[in-house]
Amino acid sequence: MDNNSLPADQCIAARFKLKRKEFELDVSFTAPGKGVTALFGPSGSGKTTLLRCIAGLENPDRAHFAINGQCWHDDKTNLAVHRRPIAYVFQEASLFPHLNVRENMAYGWRRIPKQQRKLRFDDVTAWLGLEAFLERKTEELSGGQRQRVAIARALLTSPELLLMDEPLASLDASGKAEILPYLESLWQELDIPVLYVSHSPEEVQQLADHLILLDQGRVVASGELNTLLTDPLLAISHFEDAAAVLEARVVSHDKEFHLTSLAFDGAQVSVSYNGLPLGHKARLRICARDVSLSLVQPQQISISNSFAVRVLSMDPDRDPSQMLVRCEIGGQHLLSRITRRSVHLLKIEVGKSLYAQVKSVALMK
Amino acid sequence: MDFSQLDLQPVWLTLRLATITTVLLLCLATPLAWWLANTRWRYRQVVNALVALPLVLPPTVLGFYLLLLLGPRGWVGQMTESLGIGLLPFTFSGLVIASVIYSLPFAVQPIQNAFVAIGRRPLEVAATLRASPWDRFVSVALPLAKPGLITGAVLGFAHTLGEFGVVLMIGGNIPGQTQVLSVAIYDHVEAYEYGAAHVLAAGMLGFSFIVLLALYWRTSQRPLERL
Repeated sequence: MDNNSLPADQCIAARFKLKRKEFELDVSFTAPGKGVTALFGPSGSGKTTLLRCIAGLENPDRAHFAINGQCWHDDKTNLAVHRRPIAYVFQEASLFPHLNVRENMAYGWRRIPKQQRKLRFDDVTAWLGLEAFLERKTEELSGGQRQRVAIARALLTSPELLLMDEPLASLDASGKAEILPYLESLWQELDIPVLYVSHSPEEVQQLADHLILLDQGRVVASGELNTLLTDPLLAISHFEDAAAVLEARVVSHDKEFHLTSLAFDGAQVSVSYNGLPLGHKARLRICARDVSLSLVQPQQISISNSFAVRVLSMDPDRDPSQMLVRCEIGGQHLLSRITRRSVHLLKIEVGKSLYAQVKSVALMK
Repeated sequence: MDFSQLDLQPVWLTLRLATITTVLLLCLATPLAWWLANTRWRYRQVVNALVALPLVLPPTVLGFYLLLLLGPRGWVGQMTESLGIGLLPFTFSGLVIASVIYSLPFAVQPIQNAFVAIGRRPLEVAATLRASPWDRFVSVALPLAKPGLITGAVLGFAHTLGEFGVVLMIGGNIPGQTQVLSVAIYDHVEAYEYGAAHVLAAGMLGFSFIVLLALYWRTSQRPLERL
């Protein structure tokens, strides 16, 4: 998707230049004015600095930021941090130690005019499962609970843009597992754009709709999730767990074999039974290493997930014995990592029609 | 022991001086400490050093220059005279001014340390939650720096109680006006009234100990919490 074609009142447009002693940020991007945009890159790539620029917490040398037609920062205007309609969730919960949970949550809520409060205090408390903790002191909470309070506190300002700086990074595995479902349901509920900083491919695959890749203070690529994840020219498609993310919907349940079928673009895959309602939109994650290719429709093998694809491109992997084959199915892309020898033996070339067999499919949401 | 010699006037005078000084100190030291904790001005160390001067200077030096400054030939003295306030040396007001300057580092340093220890994060969080700069200072910085503010107030108060050299230089020894406890004790000793000196000195000793004990008790039970 070409973001420059987005109308100005439906997109986020950002341009920042900032020079520090050992670091330079020079970024420019546009992203859709709704959905989750992940800012992805290795540590030191400038993700957090970029997010802080957007919040107004940094003093960039040059800046331009506009969201859905409103300009927050350019040569003439520079909204102070407390005047920007944002919610910022920091890496650490950063709760105020002199206030209890309820007072922390109410801190921003009390500071916006009543008519601007779009969210009810009790609703946000319930969404984040905090009813039982309201009168607690913050130091009595676990890491995951603290981060939930921080998210609730930020949301209660009824923001127009949600900024999240690796909100899961300081949590252990159980803390992450605790927060993730909340994040997904929140974003569906809220309908405000989210900029989500992460260095975890898994989080991006699970949460993002749109992706901005950063490296050494520059934007390397920006685009729709499926396109970028499967772009063989980008490092993210070369990770060991490189995967494509496809949008599918639930079409049938098979109680006898305990399976749920999902369809996308004329293809169908089965995953373990999950009880999701028919028609439910779900996100499938298919690892490149789990996709094999065959010239004929496979029969009499144990892998049941197979469908027709067309080869879009072939590129060398980081491992010289392997190739990354990008296939098209409908409008979506799939990655397959197979050996260079197989490419040679099967005479795979761009444009060729093949059958992809998928050993495992993960249902993301 | 002859208690008829005992005059408690210096005690009340000293307590009044210390209380007024502490209130003024907090009003002056808090914004100063906030500024010192946050400024990136390249000459801020000059201000830091100036504030700390009373820590190292002999009180007589400080008293001497204040005397010159507030006296009829000093520019402050000329100003107060032209404003109709009159000259400040050897008055209670002069004593208050000298005490505030003399005890300033004892109030500024703990408060400044407390502000530095808070760090930028809580204030940034408050800013993203729509709090204006003044709002952030009142609702986040001051409550989080409370232990430092208490320490600064108590130290400023206690230090003013113990003043001697500065008082003697700028206040003299006028009973009921500028004769504070420490000077009164000195007078008693000079006059061989050891009994009266004992009562005042022991009272001072006990009071100072209790103040410091309370301070340590409090800070050890409530260590400065960080985010």
